[in-house]
Amino acid sequence: MNEELKNIWRAFFNWVMGNGPRPENEVIPPEPPPDLPFTQKPHDKYTRFHEATLKERYNQWLEIHGLHIFAILYTGLSVLTCIVIVSLLLATVAELPPFGHERNPANNEVIRRYVEHGGHETGAQNIVAGLILDYRAFDTFGESAVLFTAAVSVLMLLGASRRNKTDTHSLPSSNAMDAYSIHAPPMRHHTFRKDDVILRAVASLSIPVILMMGCVVVINGHLSPGGGFSGGAILSTALILCANAYGFERVHEFFNERTFIVSSSTALMIYALSKGYSFFTGANHIHSVIPKGTIGNILSGGLILPLNICVGLIVAGTLYGFYALFSEGDM
Amino acid sequence: MLEKLLLNHYEAAAVILSGIGLTNLLLQRNLIKKIIGLNIMDTAVYLFLAAKGYVEGRAAPILIENGSGGWLTSSALYVNPVPAGLVLTGIVVSVSVTAFALALTLKLYESYGTLNIDEALLKMTEEQEQLEAVIEEADEEVLS
Amino acid sequence: MINMFAYNIPFASIFIMMVAAIVTPLLPKRSRIPEKLSCYAIALVAVLSAYLLYALTYPGQSLSFNFPMGHFPAPWGNELRAGPLEAVLSLVFCVAMLLSLTGNFSSTAEDIAPGRRQIFCVLVNLLTASLLALTYTNDLFTAYVFIEINTIAACAIVAVKEGAETARAALRYLVMSLVGSGLVMIAICLLYDLTGHLLMQNMHGAILVLVTTKSYMIPLTVSLALITAGLAIKSALYPFASWLPDAHGTSTNASSAILSGLVLKGHIFTIIKIFYRVFGLDVIHMLRMDTAIFILGLVAMIMGSVHALRQNNVKRMIAWSSVAQVGYIFLGVGLNTTAGIAAACLHIIVHACVKPMLFTAAGGLSNAAGHKKGLHALMGTFYVNTWAGLGLIAGACSMMGIPGFAGFASKLSLTLASFDSSVVVWALAALATSSVLNALYYVPAVIVIMTHHKDAHKNFTAPKPTKLYKFSMFIFLTLNFYLGLFCVPLLRLITRGVNVL
Repeated sequence: MNEELKNIWRAFFNWVMGNGPRPENEVIPPEPPPDLPFTQKPHDKYTRFHEATLKERYNQWLEIHGLHIFAILYTGLSVLTCIVIVSLLLATVAELPPFGHERNPANNEVIRRYVEHGGHETGAQNIVAGLILDYRAFDTFGESAVLFTAAVSVLMLLGASRRNKTDTHSLPSSNAMDAYSIHAPPMRHHTFRKDDVILRAVASLSIPVILMMGCVVVINGHLSPGGGFSGGAILSTALILCANAYGFERVHEFFNERTFIVSSSTALMIYALSKGYSFFTGANHIHSVIPKGTIGNILSGGLILPLNICVGLIVAGTLYGFYALFSEGDM
Repeated sequence: MLEKLLLNHYEAAAVILSGIGLTNLLLQRNLIKKIIGLNIMDTAVYLFLAAKGYVEGRAAPILIENGSGGWLTSSALYVNPVPAGLVLTGIVVSVSVTAFALALTLKLYESYGTLNIDEALLKMTEEQEQLEAVIEEADEEVLS
Repeated sequence: MINMFAYNIPFASIFIMMVAAIVTPLLPKRSRIPEKLSCYAIALVAVLSAYLLYALTYPGQSLSFNFPMGHFPAPWGNELRAGPLEAVLSLVFCVAMLLSLTGNFSSTAEDIAPGRRQIFCVLVNLLTASLLALTYTNDLFTAYVFIEINTIAACAIVAVKEGAETARAALRYLVMSLVGSGLVMIAICLLYDLTGHLLMQNMHGAILVLVTTKSYMIPLTVSLALITAGLAIKSALYPFASWLPDAHGTSTNASSAILSGLVLKGHIFTIIKIFYRVFGLDVIHMLRMDTAIFILGLVAMIMGSVHALRQNNVKRMIAWSSVAQVGYIFLGVGLNTTAGIAAACLHIIVHACVKPMLFTAAGGLSNAAGHKKGLHALMGTFYVNTWAGLGLIAGACSMMGIPGFAGFASKLSLTLASFDSSVVVWALAALATSSVLNALYYVPAVIVIMTHHKDAHKNFTAPKPTKLYKFSMFIFLTLNFYLGLFCVPLLRLITRGVNVL
């Protein structure tokens, strides 16, 4: 009994010292008595050899076929999952309220108030603009924050690291993992042609038009379809076209990483502060000093116009930033 | 059921589209194609929402002048504005996550030189084994 | 009626964290200001939440209130809602976030390049803001938007540490999370179509009407299943948890602590809110979702521990143990009673305090062993970094459910809650098995770190733990004992919070 306990303890101790399997699946090999007849050893060895080959063969088989079988299983399961989900959803869709019917549950008192009182409550002619920037402004603030989060994250991943790449690799790396990423393929750099006359001519004509269009869409966001998000996307295409026609250096002169960060953060900050004021006054039933204006005028809709401009700045900068970071690795 | 599906054909199309996206996401081994699958799923949601906002015979939710300086504000004239707002949010979210996912993919490509996740996984395990060997050697040197 | 100051706290806490996140990129690079700003902002929000909790539980005050975001009342505008449960959760989230940051200050400085540290602070602030928003929101679509912020920020704090491994882990995490949020989005669209509302209590009213008239039952069931599945993927319920050990095991210690302790909990609390406030427990029971959640929780408790047993890397082991702990929480939710959900909330709090401590301790120990994470490499590190060793021991005791430690309180309340339900045998068997399995991998880890090793001190050239590390660990340990010994008032508070949820 005492011997057995000692054996278990030794096995456990060995495991703790890092040279044995874990105790729960530990099989303690019976120690061969020292006076064992020599003739019995080959037999013992034979069984061990046999076991080893079986295990080896299993491992070999697993190495060759394991991935294949896993792939088949995975494909089958995925297809099954997709079929099940699609058929479930089709069954759901068949039961949903009919398409385009005016008595559907979604057309309720909430919508009636948005349409009937939206005009004089928010001052916006475009009901959707009033909805997203006044009634449900917190959602839209969150949405701009999503874009901000993504911009910051992409900048972190692509911006800083690649610029530092040259100097980190010339230094002896402290982390062993860095040593292994040296064999990375070189980044494909944008080949910029200086003699592309057609592109430049078209760009010089269209960039002002695109910029104007973008500004119109942003500024008229509360009167007509459009707003900060769509207008900002249009503005960013002008920047991208400029970068392609005249080179990223030209855009750099007035829009680099620093200006991007400053403009996005400032615009979002203005958004946060002005909307924070409006949330605060609304919740505490304090009269807000922001005038609503007359519907249909360019200066109407309370905060909607400035908010659209802020959002337009954020979106334009972020989308151009994505383009520049992905194609050049720099802004 | 088929009749009802035909009545809700936009929604049915959206659902099938999202199924295609999901299948792409699960079966493609190329990361870029996986991300495209995700985008297809998102697009299906926009189609679904746009279909849900529509009300037959009504105009876009932008107030129309009534000819005498006022505005037509009867709710029987305009479609539901809420899904438009939801789609807008969905689009912005989709742009953001796509950009972030592509940036991560680019990082992975820079390290492994492949877009296939299986190959990347194989290379990673190889590298890890090498790394462990290097560390062990270093340990032995230190100990000796 | 609650006093004006406390009334504005839910909005103010989200707003402070958002403003902190937006200001941080404008601060000077390569300085310590961003880190300090984050810490102070989170500490301020923690103090505010504590005050809110005090105000809400003050006798004679109303227990909960709604806060309209803007000039428009409930069904038209966004709304926040605060009660004792929300207040206590946001307090715990802020405290755990703060301690995860301060405890891992030095390892963060080592792992993250100086140019990226500022962005790390932005992401941490955004993550805190989104957690607070998920806790307080009363609107399903707002919840979706903040879930997305949470997703991107969480993946980004995995990738913030340089290296191909973290990029791969973050990508895997991102893809799984996006599938989850896609399902949530589809489900929200379906629910909006069926009810015409996005606000939780209005949705609840409309759903009750639908259920009593027996109309649209299939879409209702499917949308509930989709939203639960989507959030379950994000909160790493077992069959969907394959991304977790990679993401939590490879990232820097502060990120691991935040992800394991807090990010998962935000999504679980959203599920609880959807069950309790949008559908209602009776509807959940009628649609059989409680049974599904219960079974998945049961499986997760066992399988998480089984996977943890097979790990050799200490961080991956702790990460898999999170999967098991998430199973406990879902078990409580699946009991579908007020007591069960209160126990689940208590376990959320306990795990949010214990898991960051375990990751911080593991980080300190592997730092003491020269950045090795293998379990055997940690031999004897207890004697190099005693505070980290104590943290690991206390965390292990807590995970095993030893009386006096935090985990015991929540396991006890889960057990007591399960006595009221018909599945008590299963719940008790799973709790017992899972506790034994927990012991099977935590006890060896504790023994390893406490075993004397003749080469240990010669080999370990790591610097001594900083004062900040010791201080954070001390607070962690205090919290652990406090939760273990004085959980009854807390549980009573949570039950009151669940009742008014």
